[in-house]
Amino acid sequence: MKTRISSLLISTLICSSPAVAEWSGNFSLQNRYFFHSPLPLIEDSSQEQYYPSVSSEVEYYTDWDNQDRSITIKGFLRLDQYDVERTHGDLREFYYQYVFTDWELRMGISKVYWGVTEAQHLVDIINQNDAVENIDNEDKLGQPMFMLSRELDSGTVNVFVLPYFRERTFKGIDGRPATTSFIDSNFASYESSKEQKHIDYAARWFSYLDDLEYGLSVFSGTSREPVLLPRIINSNNTLTPYYPQMTQFALDAQLTTEEWLYKLELIHRDWQQFDFNQFKLVDTRFTALTAGFEYTIVGIMQSYADLGIVMEYLYDDRDHESTNLFQNDVMLGLRLAMNDSDSSEALLGIIYDMDYYERAVSLEAKRRFMGNWTAELEARFFSNTNSQSITHGLRHEDFLQLDLSYHF
Amino acid sequence: MKFNISTSLKYSLAITLNLLLIPAAIADDAARGLEIATETDRRDTGFIDLTAEMVMELKNKQGQTNTRQVRVKTLEVEGDGDKGLSIFDTPADIKGTASLTYSHALKPDEQWLYLPALKRVKRISSKNKSGPFMGSEFAYEDISSQEIEKYTYKYIKDETLNGIDTFVIERYPAYKFSGYTRQLVWINKKEYRPEKIDFYDRKNVLLKTLTYHGYQQYLNQFWRSDVMKMVNHQTGKSTTLTWKNYQFKNGLTDSDFNRNSLKRAR
Repeated sequence: MKTRISSLLISTLICSSPAVAEWSGNFSLQNRYFFHSPLPLIEDSSQEQYYPSVSSEVEYYTDWDNQDRSITIKGFLRLDQYDVERTHGDLREFYYQYVFTDWELRMGISKVYWGVTEAQHLVDIINQNDAVENIDNEDKLGQPMFMLSRELDSGTVNVFVLPYFRERTFKGIDGRPATTSFIDSNFASYESSKEQKHIDYAARWFSYLDDLEYGLSVFSGTSREPVLLPRIINSNNTLTPYYPQMTQFALDAQLTTEEWLYKLELIHRDWQQFDFNQFKLVDTRFTALTAGFEYTIVGIMQSYADLGIVMEYLYDDRDHESTNLFQNDVMLGLRLAMNDSDSSEALLGIIYDMDYYERAVSLEAKRRFMGNWTAELEARFFSNTNSQSITHGLRHEDFLQLDLSYHF
Repeated sequence: MKFNISTSLKYSLAITLNLLLIPAAIADDAARGLEIATETDRRDTGFIDLTAEMVMELKNKQGQTNTRQVRVKTLEVEGDGDKGLSIFDTPADIKGTASLTYSHALKPDEQWLYLPALKRVKRISSKNKSGPFMGSEFAYEDISSQEIEKYTYKYIKDETLNGIDTFVIERYPAYKFSGYTRQLVWINKKEYRPEKIDFYDRKNVLLKTLTYHGYQQYLNQFWRSDVMKMVNHQTGKSTTLTWKNYQFKNGLTDSDFNRNSLKRAR
């Protein structure tokens, strides 16, 4: 009888598959130090050299029905001592997911990543950049979406309906790194009269042929990247973000061999740009790509460390009118992974502009300590900027950043 | 016996015989080694799928420890290497990171990594099989599925190891980027399961020893050890894997082991 009861209890537990609930996240202290005092470009701004801030990201996850149904909630908050725009919160995720046989449904606020290259992420278009977080465009704002995915033998189809648009975040007037003209995110404008309520659509087909994996995608709707329009606000030269409607076709592909990875991202976009000669918006089309390779030297100098070498070419056919910083550039990256118990790693990246002869250098290093803590160092240098280019404003903005984080 | 065979002829005949016999003996040992490996593999065939939880304890020379918790799912693939999914629960900063591996007998393995902060699935080069798995003393090739074709074999001797009768066989990795020249494996004669493995590095110097403890039999067939201990003789570091909650035949399918399920891995 006893065994019967316990086996009954066990089978009940297995059948109803009790909900799993998990909390995880981090608390982080960030120190940013700018090597040069600010350029006195904007009146009434009081930029600093040292910017401390704190941030936290907390996630709650629960699933039931054998993990077929789940809810994920993730919130983010940063408090910056000087930059009021960088003091911000975001609901990164809040979605319900249902998986049934070969179908997957996702409803709510979520994040999606597309693409393969390292230097820039042209194809990745669903989520808006949380650009005030960092200049590498790897932090994203939560995107409201309805996603349906179907897995077939030949590949996977994803279809998206995106009912609400998120504006890109920009630093405030007292924030750094600063560009020549201040971008005022309070004066955003749209091509569509529906503004943020315009419904965007996207779809992606992902498949593979042996060791070649590829994705074909299309996006139609409000551009995540704004066109920056010149405007005088409070007698200051200001740029304001304008979000046109756009259509983009994209391809991302990676060929993996035993030692080499070959990567390609290619986009073609129907867009608008600001013509300074006519002083108005004009329709335009452009093509941009990132193509390159990655090679890893395993066990350098008879140690356990690996050294990865990444080289990528970045191209944009808009040339000098490009709103993209990378119109004819080469990126060289060196990634060192120590493979030790603290997961110590470092990444050195150099981007060289072959038109303007400019160089941007970044160094990122990370390791774990005391089990639940990480220390992350980041340095960025914008040396040798050309007065003709958009990055010229960054010439005094070299900085060093240290993040100390506790993870749970 | 009427033939008057000269001593020199006798001598050369003996040499010829010896020359014929030595390769035959080598071939015998190779065949016997392969036979033992094949039987070991045969007895572990048919588990279909397996899930388990693992705690890794990394210990350095000074005795300081570091732990990681990993959940592992394996799908048996007939006629090829298994498919495996690993989900990392700790350290907290990499929580939610997952890796998917399709191991193959002769082709290089295919491997993907899921990075939860970026929501990015990355196909990675499978070349670094000799590299440490999560900073431990286990290399990727030590924990990946052990297919017969991944090695060539040689029977060495019979030996009693801690009171257990074992075959000692030597195996040589067929994979050109392996971190080892050879491995010496002690296989339980009765149950055909490994009890101990000595790993020799690229310079043929003893690098590590793996020992299996607390074997238990599941479904009246499959032996799994509760504790696996790897000691690095060159650095003095060690890693102990403690296994829990082995579950066989969970009804997992190919769709639990693809890029989409990797993104959803929990």
